[in-house]
Amino acid sequence: MTALLSLSGLTKAYPGVIANDNVSFDIDPGEIHALLGENGAGKSTLVKMIYGLVRPDNGTMMLHGEPYAPPEPRAARASGVAMVFQHFSLFDALTVAENIALGMEDAPDTADLTQRIIEVSGKYGLTIDPFRMVGDLSAGERQRVEIVRCLLQNPNMLIMDEPTSVLTPQEVEVLFKTLRQLSSEGTSILYISHKLDEIKALCEHATILRRGKVVGTCIPKNETAKSMAEMMVGSKLRTPKKHYTRHGAALLELHNLWLKSKDPFGTSLKEITFNLHEGEVLGVGGVAGNGQDELMLAISGEELTTPTHAIQFKGEDIGNLGPNARRERGLLTAPEERLGHAAAPDMSLSENAFLTGAMRQDLTSNGIIKTAATKQFTSEIIEQFDVRTPSTENAARSLSGGNLQKFVIGREILQKPEVFAVNQPTWGVDAAAAADIRHAILELAKNGAAVLVISQDLDELMEISDNIAILSEGTLSAPRPAQGITIEQIGLMMGGTEVEHV
Amino acid sequence: MFKLERRPSPSNAMVILTPVLAVVLTMIAGGILFAILGKNPFEAIRIIFWDPLFNETVASYTRPQLLVKAAPLITIALGLSFGYRANIWNIGAEGQFIMGAVAGGAVGLAFYPAESVLIFPLMVLAGAAGGFFWAMIPAFLKIKFNANEILVSLMLVYVAINFLGAMVTGPLRSPVGMNFPVSRNFNEYPSAYNGELITNTGLHLGVLVTLAAVIVAYILLKHHIFGFQVRTAGQSPRAAKFSGVNPNITVAICLGISGGLAGMAGLFEVTGPAGKLSTNFPLGYGFTAIIVAFLGRLNPIGILFAGLLMALTYIGGELAQFQLSVPAASIQVFQGMLLFFMLAVDILVNFRIRLAQKEVA
Repeated sequence: MTALLSLSGLTKAYPGVIANDNVSFDIDPGEIHALLGENGAGKSTLVKMIYGLVRPDNGTMMLHGEPYAPPEPRAARASGVAMVFQHFSLFDALTVAENIALGMEDAPDTADLTQRIIEVSGKYGLTIDPFRMVGDLSAGERQRVEIVRCLLQNPNMLIMDEPTSVLTPQEVEVLFKTLRQLSSEGTSILYISHKLDEIKALCEHATILRRGKVVGTCIPKNETAKSMAEMMVGSKLRTPKKHYTRHGAALLELHNLWLKSKDPFGTSLKEITFNLHEGEVLGVGGVAGNGQDELMLAISGEELTTPTHAIQFKGEDIGNLGPNARRERGLLTAPEERLGHAAAPDMSLSENAFLTGAMRQDLTSNGIIKTAATKQFTSEIIEQFDVRTPSTENAARSLSGGNLQKFVIGREILQKPEVFAVNQPTWGVDAAAAADIRHAILELAKNGAAVLVISQDLDELMEISDNIAILSEGTLSAPRPAQGITIEQIGLMMGGTEVEHV
Repeated sequence: MFKLERRPSPSNAMVILTPVLAVVLTMIAGGILFAILGKNPFEAIRIIFWDPLFNETVASYTRPQLLVKAAPLITIALGLSFGYRANIWNIGAEGQFIMGAVAGGAVGLAFYPAESVLIFPLMVLAGAAGGFFWAMIPAFLKIKFNANEILVSLMLVYVAINFLGAMVTGPLRSPVGMNFPVSRNFNEYPSAYNGELITNTGLHLGVLVTLAAVIVAYILLKHHIFGFQVRTAGQSPRAAKFSGVNPNITVAICLGISGGLAGMAGLFEVTGPAGKLSTNFPLGYGFTAIIVAFLGRLNPIGILFAGLLMALTYIGGELAQFQLSVPAASIQVFQGMLLFFMLAVDILVNFRIRLAQKEVA
């Protein structure tokens, strides 16, 4: 059998970094092929070359045995290569059908298109209503729109970039059924993910990239998640160990908190109630966009809440206190978005250390910034959290995602919070850095702090949480002990898209 | 066709050289402009940039004028620079300048003809307050209704101009001015007169205040947490809010500072160089100060030099008008070009032009 797509010697260099170095592998017709690698390993560059967004410096691609060098995505699509991106490109204020029509080269008229959308979505179990507004859809439904848009072009190769990061476990199952059906009909799938269990369950072959090079191939079924992770990282992983401690007094209490979202497509919080105790790690799971951002804003003090006793810190009403007053008391937070929220992109690391550290680290005297002390604090963060940067004066935007995340988390943890709330601590962070961050969070709790971790990564929550609660459409389920809970149970708590069996 | 690509990090030397380059380009383009007008371009440039400083026949008059013109420009630009760093665009400094002059001047005239050393300080305070409260209008509307401060502050300039007109034809009209729309002359009222501290230097109290303001602004911006908060609010509003900066308070403070400084500059101007309130009082300093703020890179020291340079173009422009009979508007074009070239060079320092290629990822 000849390969559907054959890559040989693909090389692409950017100033200062070789994104892909002599990458070669084949994908057979109907094969589900995994592309594995840490952040920055070169997965995105590789698929961008296949999809015609980036031109390789060197090397060739063959599609159906013929030379293939798409100058732009349109050419790639014409050759039967389609791609579903991690970040959707949909307009909230248009309907599903309108969105799909916008992405097609020669869209048929509306009635025709609607008919085809219904056909394709029925055939592959991707239930969507062509007339609904995209703004009203869940993340899982939006992804279906993107997939249907690809399938309407009858691709023989489908590239999927981190497709499950926004899905509930049940939605993942439906997606896998669809992908297996496509594969059985002869469509090849190039599946990019760092979730190793999924790859074990779905993919027939895997190619592993590290620093732009192919460092191995494997048959995922014959490997363990750990062995694949170690191939990806190139070293043994440090698995954080949870220490079950007895929890002390409640430090942070939320009583029946309601908060209307300022964002028109945001989710308002409804009746949020929980207690967070000394030494406890409470994991909050759920698909993004179900009120996570709003909950963080309410806890950090960026949004004030009434009545003021809806949020209490050590028994004191703090609903009307701003971020600095809460920091002063010992309530620290790290928001999800690193660049632009947790850190100012164009400012140096020491300025960013000052950003939240000014108060607790005593970095001013009479309002004048203590430059030496600020640098000292910055250096401590860089040293203790292994942040790779040439100096304290480099701009935040010059750091990789993982390094900046270590910096942001380190900045808060070194200030010795009594309560620490963090949103998506390891999102887009490589495996080694993620392990370090989880370890640091557990250490913090071990030393008596109360920690709230909001994450979409259920494996992560299971690994580090004592208790787990799920945020869904702005309501928080009652926390329950993480020990003994199964992923399926969590999935049911998450709700989200209705799941239909194919 | 072409597209701008952000440079990874702009060269430090270029960031400092930008204003110099802008001045050189302005001289070249201005020279061409004068040549088209039928004047000798080299002579025109010499008259504008060289004669006011070094030509013995005019320098005794023009050198003091340099301080007189530069002081209000620098004072206003310093205030504006805080707001501009925080992304708060006060375009109405001219109005705040006028209201400062009216408020401060009115307080002084209310005491006429009483003499006391307390009168002038009181006028300075009233001038600052006049500008401050005029700037609080856009601040309030922005905080309360999210009204665009650019439009509101700009429109209030015209309100201020008309208010000034109403005052000098009404309550503040000089009883000895033969019904001209002017106030009493401040130089005939010693307690309210902002005269030269040393004769023939142009040095008046406002110049000293300007120098003090430069130093204070420098410390605030570079070493004080307030300057840090302003910079953060401008560069990354959400990060600023996360760090505890209240955006509404930042709006109020930034507009308040620029209004207060502009108002004070207006008071020093009306009681000294201008001498009286009149409908001819507004000279556009509040608008020119916007150019000064950017030419000085929103940096207090830079603004000091930019203010002196801009004052030079005012004085040299008058000389050129007088000696070469070039139209008055040509000198405004000249100043406008300075800002234009500044912004254009700035873009090229931060971005490079690439022929758009499809494959650029």
